Amino acid sequence: MTELTHLTISEARDGLKAKSFSATELAQAHVDAIAKARALNAYVLETPEKALAMAKASDEKLAKGEGRALEGIPLGIKDLFCTEGVVSTAGSKILGNFNPPYESTVTRNLWNDGAVMLGKLNMDEFAMGSSNETSAFGPVVSPWRNDGTHLVPGGSSGGSAAAVAAHLCLGATATDTGGSIRQPAAFTGTVGIKPTYGRVSRWGTVAFASSLDQAGPITRTVRDAAIMLRSMSGPDAKDTTCADLPVPDFEAAVSRGVKGLKIGIPKEYRVDGMSPEIEKLWHQGTEWLRAAGAEIVEVSLPHTKYALPAYYIVAPAEASSNLARYDGVRYGLRENGKDIVDLYEKTRAAGFGREVKRRIMIGTYVLSAGYYDAYYVRAQKIRTLIKRDFEEVYAKGVHAILTPATPSAAFGIGEKGSGDPVEMYLNDIFTVTVNMAGLPGIAVPAGLDQQGLPLGLQLIGRAFDEETLFAAGQVIEDAAGRIILPQPWWA
Amino acid sequence: MSVDQKTVRRIAHLARIAVTDEEVPHLQGELNAILSFVEQLNEVNVDGVEPMTSVTPMSMKKRQDGITDGGYADKIVRNAPATEDNFFLVPKVVE
Repeated sequence: MTELTHLTISEARDGLKAKSFSATELAQAHVDAIAKARALNAYVLETPEKALAMAKASDEKLAKGEGRALEGIPLGIKDLFCTEGVVSTAGSKILGNFNPPYESTVTRNLWNDGAVMLGKLNMDEFAMGSSNETSAFGPVVSPWRNDGTHLVPGGSSGGSAAAVAAHLCLGATATDTGGSIRQPAAFTGTVGIKPTYGRVSRWGTVAFASSLDQAGPITRTVRDAAIMLRSMSGPDAKDTTCADLPVPDFEAAVSRGVKGLKIGIPKEYRVDGMSPEIEKLWHQGTEWLRAAGAEIVEVSLPHTKYALPAYYIVAPAEASSNLARYDGVRYGLRENGKDIVDLYEKTRAAGFGREVKRRIMIGTYVLSAGYYDAYYVRAQKIRTLIKRDFEEVYAKGVHAILTPATPSAAFGIGEKGSGDPVEMYLNDIFTVTVNMAGLPGIAVPAGLDQQGLPLGLQLIGRAFDEETLFAAGQVIEDAAGRIILPQPWWA
Repeated sequence: MSVDQKTVRRIAHLARIAVTDEEVPHLQGELNAILSFVEQLNEVNVDGVEPMTSVTPMSMKKRQDGITDGGYADKIVRNAPATEDNFFLVPKVVE
């Protein structure tokens, strides 16, 4: 029998139903694997007792034939999701030992479907980063190595991607504001989908940039992503931006194929200095979709190059407002001061890391009197233009768009962004447009580079049409073959 | 546009983040790198373009203006660094 930690969610679901093993055995296998993998620093908090108690409850349900959609499936939870009675940090010191008296809607939905919590996953502080190096708990080490050199797993959902790739959970929750699901998925040979803005409730998820943030899963297969997203999604009265739309059976779309679909290839994504390997991979993906019956058309998204700079106005502006709540009064860290302003300033200086401070300050600047129109309003106008580009392409009958997921494979820990923050920001060049337009995007592993490191392709869909992304993503997964994940050198 | 050290200090104060003398030049360099990166947005013609206010077209959900939650002040203050009788404690604000 396959090792229990190496099953996919769909295989585990079938095995549990057939009573080939119990939810308790499945949870225990993961608890043991996590304990041996602390060198990766993927989990910031392990919750083995909770996992085993939840698994026991699942076994009782399964015995009565009452198993739900994710009954007994062990998952890791990004530490951006508030979990009732379990410390939630957002990767920051400023939240201290914040112990939420409530459960986020996403995690509540997962538990209502029978999923089992293994623990909380490391991440870039407040989801601000592309390498998981800004975490107050230290960087996550990717299970992938380059000649023994430690690599980043990407970010901000670096703990989620590393844990899934290292078989430390069957799937993980993640969030994506500019690429934070898709980039780490691409770096670790896993599948990650950012659904349409409004598909998943943001309630109880620590806010970074509210008009861009969206939660989604990271898993080892396209089918698993479909299974998990269905459970995470759905209307929520507690989030006014969460859409009142029924959730389709995403898993049913996985085997739909792409025959008759029109797939767009945007010429503006062929950026200067793009590596020949990425270029080749992209071309290969095009051929796979064509061979499966899709029609390939070149399309134009003329404002693509302005998405990243506009993002670095909109996202910090929203972050500076959202993070104003961390003031040392209601929760988290407090540094005493001579008066209340001094208390605020000292608390925030001690509690936030460098990247977060930088973004709050940029956001404060672009929203300040005299600069608001020049920066913030202009960026929001450019956002309208970016969205219009996509609408025009979709209006011509294009069903989805194929692009590379990242401009390169994973890089070494400490390699990027120490002097110039923009160097790190360029990681999100292919993913950030999707957040700016509120569209769904999936990253699927598509091959390895010359160093043997995974590379991913991205599919961008129409609003609320994640189903086409699962169908086309499966075609790429079938053609590329499942990536062989690294042997556990860390155990 | 770029910021000088005085502006860095002003932004830090607006953002309620204490900065040390050593941090100011570093922050200035980093903020200016970002500001110079976003400069290219000035190339775009935005005449007559509406700024985005809603990511997906949807109307705001509304509900009856009634009490649907609450009645647990102790739970609300449980995570606070300093409290008294279910109130948050701060240094004296009004003389």
